[in-house]
Amino acid sequence: MEGTPIATPEGERVDAAASSEADIHLEGVTKRFGDAVAVDDLTLSIERGAFYALLGPSGCGKTTTLRMIGGFEDPSEGVVYLGGQAVTDLPPYKRDVNTVFQSYALFPHLNVERNVAFGLERKKIGKDEVARRVAETLDMVQLGALAKRRPGQLSGGQAQRVALARALVNRPRALLLDEPLGALDLRLRKQLQLELKRIQQEVGITFVHVTHDQEEAMSMADTIAVMNKGKIEQAGSAEELYERPHTAFVANFLGVSNLVDGKVLERGIEMATVETDDGTVRVPCARMSEAAGDAVRIGVRPEKIELVPAEQGVPDGRNALRGRVSIASFLGVSIQYVVIAPGGEELTVIAPNRDGGQPSSLGVGHEVLLTWDPQHTFVVARDA
Amino acid sequence: MLRLSLRTRRTLLPYLFLGPGLLWLIVFYAIPLINQGGVSLMTGNPEQGYTLQWHFATYTNALSDYGTQFGRSVLFAGSATVLDLVIAFPLAYFIAYKAGRWKNFMLLLVVLPFFTSYVLRTVAWQLILNDNGWVVHRFQDVGLISANGRLLASTKAVVAGITYNFLPFMVLPLYVSLEKIDRRLIEAATDLYASRATAFRKVTLPLALPGIFAGSLLTFIPACGDFINAALLGTPKQYMIGNVIQSKFLNILDYPTAAALSFILMTAILIGILIYARLLGTRNLTEAAV
Ligand SMILES: Nc1ncnc2c1ncn2[C@@H]1O[C@H](COP(=O)(O)OP(=O)(O)OP(=O)(O)O)[C@@H](O)[C@H]1O
Ligand SMILES: [Mg+2]
Repeated sequence: MEGTPIATPEGERVDAAASSEADIHLEGVTKRFGDAVAVDDLTLSIERGAFYALLGPSGCGKTTTLRMIGGFEDPSEGVVYLGGQAVTDLPPYKRDVNTVFQSYALFPHLNVERNVAFGLERKKIGKDEVARRVAETLDMVQLGALAKRRPGQLSGGQAQRVALARALVNRPRALLLDEPLGALDLRLRKQLQLELKRIQQEVGITFVHVTHDQEEAMSMADTIAVMNKGKIEQAGSAEELYERPHTAFVANFLGVSNLVDGKVLERGIEMATVETDDGTVRVPCARMSEAAGDAVRIGVRPEKIELVPAEQGVPDGRNALRGRVSIASFLGVSIQYVVIAPGGEELTVIAPNRDGGQPSSLGVGHEVLLTWDPQHTFVVARDA
Repeated sequence: MLRLSLRTRRTLLPYLFLGPGLLWLIVFYAIPLINQGGVSLMTGNPEQGYTLQWHFATYTNALSDYGTQFGRSVLFAGSATVLDLVIAFPLAYFIAYKAGRWKNFMLLLVVLPFFTSYVLRTVAWQLILNDNGWVVHRFQDVGLISANGRLLASTKAVVAGITYNFLPFMVLPLYVSLEKIDRRLIEAATDLYASRATAFRKVTLPLALPGIFAGSLLTFIPACGDFINAALLGTPKQYMIGNVIQSKFLNILDYPTAAALSFILMTAILIGILIYARLLGTRNLTEAAV
């Protein structure tokens, strides 16, 4: 059974329009381990050639999701499609995807070259062709010089690149990467993030990248899916997730967010009005998440807020909240304030350091006003 | 107090650890070995004693007189080793990967026979294979042996005895080397288009080589020199070189021939190991484990 991976003949076409172009599609996939639900009725579509990041806290089901795509784990329910074919019942070796394991899982008894050649040797490809493609791929990850080394003689970063080359050389439909940079130090991580992104653009293969590092996901992925408790809370570009989070979880997971409880008073054509403990704020309707009912939380990112002394008054057309400064830290590039709102919420403000120091009128204990453009407000549902 | 620099102490320390073992080896192995080397070149008789004459002919005589027993030793020990490997591999594989919480219990069962003496265990086999025993009758019923055929006092019995007695020496190293294999490597292999069978052949087996090597040596070497099984379960027609050496040393008191036979056996085994290691690939043996 060593041949080119084949899809099931009985594999049905996916009918939904969106998923017909999808490279990887999960439909209502659930995975239970005993009583525990690791992945909960998950549906996702990944386009061909996308760099897709699965982002979420530890234990939210990222690895399990990836393992179901790779074929190492059988879904308890639901269907996995690769290129429109149902592959749920196919073993890993018949699926046209390759995995870069978190632990690299390089074969210790084979040298770098033989490790990389392993997948091709299982297919019916001539020896010369295998050698050529292995050399080519090793060059791409800049490891040509280490071809004869054994995995035990490689540094962490080198081993990671061998693992990448071993998967890439097969030119699979998609590459599944499970925290491939997790074990590396910060500098190497940054360097390899750029390298991964470059390689992905070069080969044009779909990458599914699991990480719990939001910065990594934001800097690399076209689409980020934020997972929580086995579900995808929201998927979209880094910008969408940051500027228009749909849930409090997403707002908090990507960057710092300031959330204040409120109640929707009125939904206009363009703008809605939300009442907080401290007057009303206006929100563009387009930025209210559909799920949000009347009990909501309004949010605004710290760098969007302007902090002024309370006696200055609110400029026309801006949203405002009152508060008292509780912490002011000088960070050089910026000054970071923590302000306590009337409702007791701690709000973070990041003010650029334009005046060469911290204005005394905004020192600790001062009453201040936080003002921002209504366009920057977002609204999420208030969790029970 | 002798004051040494840190560096000197660092270089000396390993030898200090080696010391006790080395001393033991010198006193109980190297010195007797040299001594027996001398004995093998002596001539004389039990009554008048033996004197060193550098009589190398003892070696050639021993070889030509007892070639059959040498051949038998290698054949019996080799068969038992192969049988042990065939029995032990699936067993070790099962214990390492499938036994779950029964793992330690199963390992205990494997070493349990060691709680009884070697000779006693072999005597027990005498009872099992007894002409009037249940086993012989069942074998006769299904026609594996003729109606008045026996199991005891045959080559089969001797090889079976050796196989049984040395099985744990094969199972344990195999278990250790299989257990050590990272299961994620098998996943990686199947991810790279290898079927389960190919993954076994290309990953599990090569990584288990050190265990196969160690287990084979631990079985084959002592089995080659064994005399208990042939003595208790066989007849003089099944006698191995161990039986000859034992009787020369303890019964006939022909010390030079006994010593020469021992040396020939030792040399033959050493050469055998070198060939075996070369066949399996020394590089694999030393580095697969890394
Ligand atoms: N083989 C298993 N048996 C039982 N429970 C499991 C198994 N694998 C995973 N789980 C559980 O499923 C949940 C999701 O696990 P998963 O490994 O997918 O998390 P993750 O998002 O990858 O986390 P991390 O970021 O820590 O790697 C966890 O609660 C985990 O304990
Ligand atoms: Mg994980």
